[in-house]
Amino acid sequence: MADIALTPRRAKPALREATTWDQLKHNKNWLGFWFMLPAMAFLIFFLAYPLGLGIWLSFTDTRIGRVGHFVGTENYEWLWDDAIFWLSVFNTLLYTSIASAIKFGVGLYLALLLNERMPFKAILRAAVLIPFIVPTVLSALAFWWIFDSQFSIISWSLKHLGLITQNINFLGDTTWARICVIFANIWRGVPFVAITLLAGLQTVSPSLYEAAILDGATSWQRFRYITYPLLTPIIAVVMTFSVLFTFTDFQLIWAMTRGGPVNATHLMATLSYQRAIIAGQLGEGAAISSAMIPFLLAAIMVSWFGLQRRKWQQGESND
Amino acid sequence: MTDLPATKVDLKTVLSTPARVDNSEGMSYLQSLPRRIVTLYIPLGIIVVILLFPFYWMGLTAIKPDDQLLDLDKFNPFWTWNPTFKHIHKLLFESYYPHWLWNTMYVAVGATVLSIIASVLAAYAIVRLRYKGANLVGGLIFLAYLVPPSILFIPLATVVFQYGLFDSPMALILTYPTILIPFSTWLLMGYFKTIPFELEECALIDGASRWQILIKIVLPLAIPGLISAFIFCFTLCWNEFIYALTFLQSTPNKTVPVAIVNEFVDGDIYRWGSLMAGALCGSLPLVILYAFFVEHYVSAMTGAVKE
Repeated sequence: MADIALTPRRAKPALREATTWDQLKHNKNWLGFWFMLPAMAFLIFFLAYPLGLGIWLSFTDTRIGRVGHFVGTENYEWLWDDAIFWLSVFNTLLYTSIASAIKFGVGLYLALLLNERMPFKAILRAAVLIPFIVPTVLSALAFWWIFDSQFSIISWSLKHLGLITQNINFLGDTTWARICVIFANIWRGVPFVAITLLAGLQTVSPSLYEAAILDGATSWQRFRYITYPLLTPIIAVVMTFSVLFTFTDFQLIWAMTRGGPVNATHLMATLSYQRAIIAGQLGEGAAISSAMIPFLLAAIMVSWFGLQRRKWQQGESND
Repeated sequence: MTDLPATKVDLKTVLSTPARVDNSEGMSYLQSLPRRIVTLYIPLGIIVVILLFPFYWMGLTAIKPDDQLLDLDKFNPFWTWNPTFKHIHKLLFESYYPHWLWNTMYVAVGATVLSIIASVLAAYAIVRLRYKGANLVGGLIFLAYLVPPSILFIPLATVVFQYGLFDSPMALILTYPTILIPFSTWLLMGYFKTIPFELEECALIDGASRWQILIKIVLPLAIPGLISAFIFCFTLCWNEFIYALTFLQSTPNKTVPVAIVNEFVDGDIYRWGSLMAGALCGSLPLVILYAFFVEHYVSAMTGAVKE
């Protein structure tokens, strides 16, 4: 750096007008544009464009290998009268609501437990997160084997405990199949909820609890009036993500049941895959996946207001 | 304090004794050990066992001989005394498994590197160049994070087909960044915000261009953030299923999750051993990577939520 000052410098060139090239190189907005270019190119070509294309496809009768024609709302009218579609909507709502509620409950409880002081805390925290690391499909296969109709370890254990006499047909019975996929989803989602909420818990100052104890608060009151209000914003965000990913879940169902038995576990995502890719009806499949958009928008609105509230609580400026 | 003679002042001993014995902090003196066992260790133990049991079962199945797998009455199903590597051997030497592992690795590294480069540039521009409309773009990128793959795969399949990328790893390398860029941009924006602006001002006065500032000042300071983003993106790629299932056709081109679901699931009653061995070998690379970078991973996960 110091060398620069020592080298003899030429006379300063006369000031000149900024050329277009200079503008492109130094103007803040242009520079921003160049920096944004790669990310924007990806997001426009492979996200925004397909999103619009998907909605367009849902108004056409496109099949695999055949360009479609505009058919208006025919696909939607067809779906309106399709009992399997409504079953999949029901399944999706059931799956999402039950799984999210339990994930929230267990996740919050686990986060509170992990927030206690105890030996081997770091290892425990790392172990808890493993179900979230391992690819969903692979753990779903493990569940498939655990829930096998003949060789299920759960059936075996229950039989040896004398609780049942016959193997439970876990993935062959409609009710059991629903319970099993919801359980597998909860199993996979709890670590995410717990670890993110734990990060939120660690930001709560212990002095608040000490003050509350001095005032005679019970542990429930401490949770209800200190932990919960301070955690609300992060809960809003975490649960939005959780609901969103549960609602659009595909891989867990596909690996465990493929929508069966008798469509009892078909979610909207798996049904759209089956109709669009396996049966080749791209237009109809696109209509099913476009029907998910209103629900997703609702979830995004909740997230948005959660974020707003957080900013307001922390007194940040809205930048 | 501790070496005060006990005989001299009795009161002081009384006062100092609990301070020596009790090495707890904060409010933990309020809880006795039995109470802690019931309210803390037992529930925690049950949850952790349930969370980890499927992996134990996966690992055990992968090394059990076939006859023990299906005969639950003669052998204790929870343990085996004669482990076999037959399933893993069959997987590695008699199937396309090494191919699939390589494909997964190739796609994951390619997509992650592309995404990180694009995200670094975008995050820096949004946080530090603050061009007109930067906040709006930041918000839009966050919205892009919320668009799930399951509503995009049908139109993307037609796009991929039009571009002639069908059944090639490039299809995945180019489409995965749509999942990864929004996430890592938000994560890196958080990291870049913590770097003091004065450093960049100094560099600007010394005549550095924006590009030089990014490469020589901002990036070296943001290395923890880059590692976090890298690990998290890599895991997401490895985990991705629906795009790989839709865009890849021929068996040798598949990624591990898709291949295991499609290729091993046949009518064979003895498939469980190789299926679980495949699941185990597909999970291990991620778990090992994760074991080395737990803190980065957690900070990526929580950072993206908190931002």
